[in-house]
This record gives sequence, C-alpha cells and structure tokens, in this order.
Amino acid sequence: MPDKNQTDSHAESPRPSPLHATHEKLGATFTDFAGWQMPVRYSSDLAEHKAVRASAGIFDISHMAEFTVTGTEAGEFLDVALAGRLSALKVGRAKYSLLLTETGGVIDDVIVYRLRDDEYLIISNAANRDAARSALQDRTQEFDVGVSDVSDDYALIAVQGPHAEKILSSTSGITDLTTPWDEQRYFAWASASFDGAPLLLARTGYTGEDGFELLVPAARATALWAAVSTAGDPYELVPAGLAARDSLRLEAGMPLYGHELSRDTKPAQAGLGRVVVTAKERFVGQRHVEPAADARVLVGLTSEGRRAGRAGYPVIAGDSEVGTVTSGILSPTLGHPIAMAFVDPTHSDPGTELDIDVRGKRIPATVTTLPFYSRKK
Amino acid sequence: MTDTSALSYTDDHEWLKIEGSSVTVGITDYAAEQLGDVVFVELPEVGDDVEAGTVVGEIESTKSVGELFAPVTGTVTAVNDAVVDDPALVNSSPFDDGWMLTIEAPELPEGLLDADAYAKLVSE
Repeated sequence: MPDKNQTDSHAESPRPSPLHATHEKLGATFTDFAGWQMPVRYSSDLAEHKAVRASAGIFDISHMAEFTVTGTEAGEFLDVALAGRLSALKVGRAKYSLLLTETGGVIDDVIVYRLRDDEYLIISNAANRDAARSALQDRTQEFDVGVSDVSDDYALIAVQGPHAEKILSSTSGITDLTTPWDEQRYFAWASASFDGAPLLLARTGYTGEDGFELLVPAARATALWAAVSTAGDPYELVPAGLAARDSLRLEAGMPLYGHELSRDTKPAQAGLGRVVVTAKERFVGQRHVEPAADARVLVGLTSEGRRAGRAGYPVIAGDSEVGTVTSGILSPTLGHPIAMAFVDPTHSDPGTELDIDVRGKRIPATVTTLPFYSRKK
Repeated sequence: MTDTSALSYTDDHEWLKIEGSSVTVGITDYAAEQLGDVVFVELPEVGDDVEAGTVVGEIESTKSVGELFAPVTGTVTAVNDAVVDDPALVNSSPFDDGWMLTIEAPELPEGLLDADAYAKLVSE
C-alpha cells in the first residue's frame, strides 16, 4: 500500500515553517512540498475542507515566496516583466498576474500588491521561488528598480471561510488598521500592527471563499496563529492543511502551477487570456503569447459515482485520446468527481461527453465551465 | 478490538490476521493516515484466485490512490462490503471494521513482519 501523495522530491532535507512547533502540537501530518515540511492535514482532509466552506480554516502558507520591487520605475518595470498592466494598479489594491517566458509560457502565477507608488510586493509559488526571482532580476536591467527576495523574513497565514472577517476583527493584538475590516475589499490590502510588529492583511485567497492572507514577520507567526485561533474558537475555526487547500482551490477552478500551468502552457490555454494585457507596448513573452488554434484548452469535467480522474489520466473521445487530466478529486462539497483537463478545442464545448481512463476503466465525464463551485455572495 | 500486537505485517503497510490457513487482510493505521480520508474502496470478488504481490483492489482517498496487494496466494473467501459502502471505516477503524478481505491460503509467504518489526519500519 505505498503512499502516492504527489510530493516534490528535494535533495536537501525539507525546511520547517516558522510555525512548525505549533503544527506538531496540533498533531499535524506533514508532507514535503517544494522543499518545505508543511502540514498536509491535522485530522481529516474532508472535515478541514468542509469547515472552510461552512465556517473558517486557518492555513500556514509560509512556504510561499515574497519579493519586493522597489524604485521609481517599479510600475513600468512590472509592465514589461509581467503579463498585466501593473503600473495602473492603485496603491492598496492587488492583482493576479503571470510571469511569462520569452516564448509565452508560464514561469509562475503570482499576486502583486501595490504597497506604495514606488513599491510592490509579489507573492509567488514556493516551487518557483528561484525561477521567479531570477526572471524578475534578469528583467530589471534597463530600469531604475530593485528586486529583493524577502521570503525568509516573513510567515504567511491564510484565514479563509465565511467567518474569516468576524474572527480577525475579534483577534486581540491586531491594531492600527488603515482600513476597517468591513471596508476591506476583495483583492485589496490594508496594513496594521500585531503587538507592535508590522502586519499586512490582504483580502485574497486560494479557496473560493471570502478570507484574508496575513503577512507577518516570521518571529511573530506563532503568536499571531495563537491569537487568531483563540478568536476563532466561537466560530468553529479549524487548522487546515495543504490537502484541503488543494481540494478547495480545485472546486473553485483555480489553477495550480505544475498541474494547470507550466512553461509549455500559454495563458489563454488555461483560461487566463484576460490576465495578459496585449495592448501594452511590450512585455516579455508578447510575440508568442497567443496559442496555436489547435492548442489544447483547459476545461472542467464532471462525472458520476465516486472514482475521480487524477493528474495524468488520459481523456478519451471514441477511440482517440483527446486530452489529459491535470487535477481531479471526488469533490467534497458537490459529492461527485470533478477534474480539470487540457483537451483538444474540438472537444471543449460545455456539454461534450468524454471518457476519462481511470487506471484502465473508462469513466464517463461531461465538459463543464469552471469553476465547479462558487460561493453565495 | 483487535490485538494489533498479535497481527503480522507487510512492508506494503498491510496487516494479516492469520487463523490457520485463513488470512484476513487490511491496511494499517499508518497507511490510512498517510492516505487521508478514504472515499472509495474496490475489492475483488469472493471466489477469485489471487497471487501474492499482485494488485487486487484500490483504496482511494481525497488526495491519492493506493493499491491493495494480495499478501498471500490463495482464494478469496470473504470481502468486507461494509467498507465498500462506507470507505471512511478505513480511517476510523483500520484494524477492525475497516478490514478488506479474507483469503484461504495453503501456505504463508516468507518475510512477514511482527508488530515490533513493523513499528520499527514506520518509525524510520
């Protein structure tokens, strides 16, 4: 019964998070992820997933990388270095963006926060930390700008779920908010203090629920986690691991780098054409960013029963293979299997009936639009 | 409650309860914890002949897919329909209600682990 969790192999022994001792006390099961030893679950993936949908979950995502981009030309630099028009981003707001290769593939997907006129924060995937940092630094040459990797200075804690705002607004020690909790907008950030330490609160997440991501100096992470947990007790806040984070993002139709995104994937193939501002004068990847007309496109697939297609499983139409599953799971919220897959555009219309080859057995699947799950607003 | 110290184990993280030539098989609490919440179990049918080391079933969790290996060669005499209907039994009761199948085995394989040796294996 070998365990086939998808974990990243890493030559060096994995790094513990600043919150490692907290996780051990909570009885976490750990997994190696992108060179980090992170909680995969505390008790039950399903219970943690359902708690985030119904009440709230607290996640340690300190493995994520953070870069600052500073300088008078920071906005102009990011317009060239990334796919979006970040110079137009207002201070206080955040935007999802992509770091592209010269050939229009995806090096990483990131969230960019404009901290000041001349300073941005970029949060990037742990597995892509080195690649993203070098790509950004390589692109600074003609700009008056500096890129710093500040990942080791910070811990990142996500509080996600319908009760997230109530929990954080009653967390003791968080003071000096620049924007009141109930006025903080989705994809915006505010700054605050936590017992005197600087705290950045962003209303962003990776679960499909309302929630916040809290960037705090690493040395204060344990105290912040404890304070949020105490405030969360009356609201059924539970610690949640990477397994729940993955199943939540999949229901919400959000891509995961290495599954739905890669250097060989063009943004429009993954449904991210809107993220690329082609009207810009120039940006890295511009000339090749459009996929070929017959390039496979990302779709949702839903099935009946309980057997889910998994990453790498073939998608079949008649006798021919027309695609490949990138992520799949028995949806905890919907109760049936869901998957994301790249399929030939001729088989990508919603309602198209296809099969997934699940270890030699064909499971019927219907093409559907993403996301599978949207929260009620 | 099964006395887990009296069971035999494999390095595929399965347990065997050996009663004469009748061998009942399940997966260990360690295996269940590594898999996470089990949501699907597929077992062979009563009467199937199985060969030691071959895949005879699947145990699927939210996160991953595990294979159930036959630890002995023989004929399936019973399967646990309850665990097929309620796969969560694998997590809640891996050594009792979460058993998988019983095999009538003329002879036992070599290399089975006792409880101490298995405990050592999973602590490494």
